Amino acid sequence: MVLLLLFIVWETVAIKSRVPDWLLPTPTKIFYEGFNGWANFYPDLLSTIKLSLLGFALGLLIGLLTAILLHLLPFIRESIYPLLIISQNIPIIVLAPLLVIWFGFGLLPKMIVITLVCFFPITVAALDGFKQTSNELKHYMIMAGASNKQLFWKLELPYALPSLFSGLKISATYSVMGAVISEWLGAKDGIGVYMTLASSSFRTDRVFVAIFSIVALSLLFFSIIVLIERWLVRWQLKGAK
Amino acid sequence: MKVSHLTVSNISKKFDKNEVIKNLAFTIDKNEFVSIIGPSGSGKSTIFSLIGGILSPDQGTIHLDHQVINGKRGFISYMPQTPSLLPWRTIVENVLLGQELQGKKEKKAALEMIDIAGLTGYENAYPHELSGGMKQRASFIRALLSPQSIICLDEPFSALDELTRLDMQKWLLSIWEEHRRTILFVTHNIEEALFLSDRIIVLSNKPSQVAAEFQVPFSRPREESLFLEDEFLEWKRKIYYSLKKTGE
Repeated sequence: MVLLLLFIVWETVAIKSRVPDWLLPTPTKIFYEGFNGWANFYPDLLSTIKLSLLGFALGLLIGLLTAILLHLLPFIRESIYPLLIISQNIPIIVLAPLLVIWFGFGLLPKMIVITLVCFFPITVAALDGFKQTSNELKHYMIMAGASNKQLFWKLELPYALPSLFSGLKISATYSVMGAVISEWLGAKDGIGVYMTLASSSFRTDRVFVAIFSIVALSLLFFSIIVLIERWLVRWQLKGAK
Repeated sequence: MKVSHLTVSNISKKFDKNEVIKNLAFTIDKNEFVSIIGPSGSGKSTIFSLIGGILSPDQGTIHLDHQVINGKRGFISYMPQTPSLLPWRTIVENVLLGQELQGKKEKKAALEMIDIAGLTGYENAYPHELSGGMKQRASFIRALLSPQSIICLDEPFSALDELTRLDMQKWLLSIWEEHRRTILFVTHNIEEALFLSDRIIVLSNKPSQVAAEFQVPFSRPREESLFLEDEFLEWKRKIYYSLKKTGE
């Protein structure tokens, strides 16, 4: 609703003040371009979806493994955790060209970029989740003779799930951004490529098509994660009612 | 000589300079119901941690039958003060947890026990859908279904309101009289200990030692009316004074 209102205001203001299309196209023109240029655009879209999914999967794997490792080996946590934070402080835009120099134009540098963006929220969320495990339940499990492995799989991991999902939601939206940035590095197709071409030829309408599809894609990923969360953490949702 | 089921011989435990337990010794026979009563801060939970193997005694040994279980986990089944059911597991899954940790699961036995416990219809409910008393029942049958021969109960009813507590005590007795197990019950409630147990061990203040021991003379099965009998009150007084003496 709010979005629709925004579009209407945008449309009227753009028409009334006669802004040229290359500066700010009206929403109708953007949708028109998106619809007409679909055949042209959708291979790019598809390629970005593939890249984000792959990057997200890798980010999830690495994020989770890092969290588990740091959780089970507290003495490593002290030394590695600062490094993780540093990894988030390096501007990706600066790092990206370097990655190309080091690893070429293939899939690897792109995966590194997306993973770098994705894994951190997952690691932090999972670590927090593990740490928050109720002492009461832990005490019971230990008294009842649970091994460390059982303690982790039967208590700590399920306990961390809700927290982990908050991280996943953030990462899922980041993964699309990460994919687009990684496509700027040099790729044959992808929304990132489409966007660069469009902006350098002043096809502002196409830039907006790219922006809207990135937003839509992020939202889609986000809702998929929410659906999975609802299914996996259903015991909690029942409690909220 | 008769060998007791659980034998605690002269154990001592210090935390830094703080002596919590000193030369504590007691035994429990097979299928006996023994309560430990002590002033607060008398190291009751430390005793459980030692028997449960979370802590090791500085001196002395803990035997289960002929085996030394100092610092070894997994030899007791446990019911804590709070229900401690895993919120993402249904009641059946929770009740089976004790068995699961030791290896095999017997779902049929669990369902039967849930039935006996009066939780029929709640097998597939989640813990938050149950009342406090029901959760404690689930927690108790989880301990009862665990394969270990001895159950340690750590003030299991202290968080419940008076009426529910009385119900739970009666319920526990009825189940236990049917399904005898060795029980070590920690409480600070004299009436509860008298009503439930065969024997009561009174602990002294820190460092904990056995201050007194009472064989409870009431026959089983016990009824609620026991609470009001003169003999019961007489015993209550006796234990109260011995407990008070240790506090001084």
